Amino acid sequence: MSAMTARARAIKPPERIGKIKMSTIFTVIVIAVAILLPFFYESGSGFMNDATVALVYVVMALGLNIVVGFAGLLDLGYVAFFAIGAYTMGWLASSWFSKEDIHVGVSEILNNQPGIHLNWLIVLPVAAIAAASLGALLGFPTLRLRGDYIAIVTLAFGEIIGRIAVNSDDGIFGIGHFNLTNGRAGITPVDKIDIPLVDRFTTLNLRPWYWTALALALVVLFINFRLRDSRIGRAWIAIREDEVAAISMGIPTVRVKLLAYALGAAMGGMAGTFLGSFYNTVNADQFEFSFSIFVLAMIILGGLGSIWGVVLGALVLSFINTNLIPDVLNNVPGKLGLDFDLTELGFGIFGFLLVIMMVLRPQGLIPEKRHQAEFAEVLEGEHDVVVETRA
Amino acid sequence: MSTSDAQAEQDRLNAGPAILETQYLTKIFGGLTAVDGVSFRVPARSIVSIIGPNGAGKTTFFNMLTGLYRPSLGSVIFDGKDVTTKRPDQITALGVARTFQNIRLFGTMSAMENVLVGQHARLRATVAGSIFRTPRVRREEREAREKAREVLTYVGVSDRRHDDAASYLSYGDQRRVEIARALASDPKLLLLDEPTAGMNPQESEQLTGFMRKLRDDLQLAILLIEHDMKVVMGVSEQVTVLDHGEKISEGEPQAVRHDPRVVEAYLGKQG
Repeated sequence: MSAMTARARAIKPPERIGKIKMSTIFTVIVIAVAILLPFFYESGSGFMNDATVALVYVVMALGLNIVVGFAGLLDLGYVAFFAIGAYTMGWLASSWFSKEDIHVGVSEILNNQPGIHLNWLIVLPVAAIAAASLGALLGFPTLRLRGDYIAIVTLAFGEIIGRIAVNSDDGIFGIGHFNLTNGRAGITPVDKIDIPLVDRFTTLNLRPWYWTALALALVVLFINFRLRDSRIGRAWIAIREDEVAAISMGIPTVRVKLLAYALGAAMGGMAGTFLGSFYNTVNADQFEFSFSIFVLAMIILGGLGSIWGVVLGALVLSFINTNLIPDVLNNVPGKLGLDFDLTELGFGIFGFLLVIMMVLRPQGLIPEKRHQAEFAEVLEGEHDVVVETRA
Repeated sequence: MSTSDAQAEQDRLNAGPAILETQYLTKIFGGLTAVDGVSFRVPARSIVSIIGPNGAGKTTFFNMLTGLYRPSLGSVIFDGKDVTTKRPDQITALGVARTFQNIRLFGTMSAMENVLVGQHARLRATVAGSIFRTPRVRREEREAREKAREVLTYVGVSDRRHDDAASYLSYGDQRRVEIARALASDPKLLLLDEPTAGMNPQESEQLTGFMRKLRDDLQLAILLIEHDMKVVMGVSEQVTVLDHGEKISEGEPQAVRHDPRVVEAYLGKQG
């Protein structure tokens, strides 16, 4: 018992084998497996498709983790940044604005098509900046709010963006008569990502997609780690723990919170550009409230604030969503003599999983070390009570 | 110390420059005037106490000094600058640090990390710098960690506890870490809100000695709110008494102690 206590209370220095940290070895193995994975599957297979989408979800989950996990600001409107990113891609890399004739860094075939066609590598930073600006803008009204009220404002923001997406096929906010988003029909086709010196991105050759998504996820993962262990990351966590103490210790809470919103949003925006191109369409139905909850569920399942936990949570939920429910389990009701479509119950199943999770392992699959300590405290307390009643 | 010596000491302090000065500082909450026109000064490198019965407005006064509350009237001048309308983080950056009446550490962060947060305003690492971990950022981070260990050791937290989560530390250690966190911001003025609350007489005695050592080692001024009269009388060079938000007495500890208005505020009217 006392040994347990000692272990739980210290935020341990990393374990090492020789001079190399255990975590470094783990990271190298994970990355190596992720890079080599496509060689074991058909390049156009369903698995490659699911794996690519899963990696993009990892990017989004890591972005949301900065806001919710690190800074402790509950954001229920994260889908808005996915939308901003996707529309940026839709507008700047398709034939949507057919009167324009702008081509930068795209292939011969696209050069002959009307519209704005920018290379994805250009759209990516543009979308990141656009999403970050909107993220900061959203952050602004929430600065004076706490807890639940932040959640309500962000939820509304997500809904506003979603409504704009649906209704902006005839002016925006009812002003003007131009078609901006094409509503539920959406913008399609969207240019395929095209990176110099890399194999062509097609629907039958998914390997380049996968590796690009992986690269994006690794960059975002790296940024998450570096920021968490920095002055900025400490400031986020301090605000999460006690805002009054944080501001009294010299942390400019306004700037630091806006930074969290902006960075989280930028990651959502970057993921959006990728999915816009990958799905070959950007339409209003992609940006529903339920998607915000889906991403939030990933980080809660994985472990709020825990970077590897969030990665795992995103992969698991994505796998359940794109593979387990539609492919593996979908004919189960039929076999049981029931007549319904399991995919329609997707969110019911996620909800059930989250409830189970909260009962069995509330700290998440891979808990953040700090929270681990917090939960250990509770469990130890319970244990003591049990011992006392027995004695 | 004889009375005339004490008086001379007072004069010396008052003649010197003030690190903090308030002019007619007032805070009104709705119909309640929590602090009512308090003007006072903290001489540089002095130890000054604010005492008063519960609800006298001491903590409200503190919160105005640190920028957590915006004063309804009056002004706060710190180190020659008007900080009345500055934000708490800006005031901290200028050199005011504080502890809280109920300890407010970042519970899931280690003692070490708490002290690192205290250094926030003194560090320069930007987002880009932190992501790329430039040589400058590396050096800054390494120095910040060294300094955090030094400060923790200085306030008496043993090495073995530096990496423990703050919420797991003993009460005494939590108080010490809170002081370390405040000191990490290189303050010129340290505000301590009831630092001996919950301590036994020996611990209070130790803290009294420690406050003097702090002042002498770091050349800072200390302003404390305190209920323990033994601590107040033992450590302060000047005492200000608040009651119902008003300053009712001020001066050298022995004089304040016998001021009839102070006795009345604490014990009620006699006769």
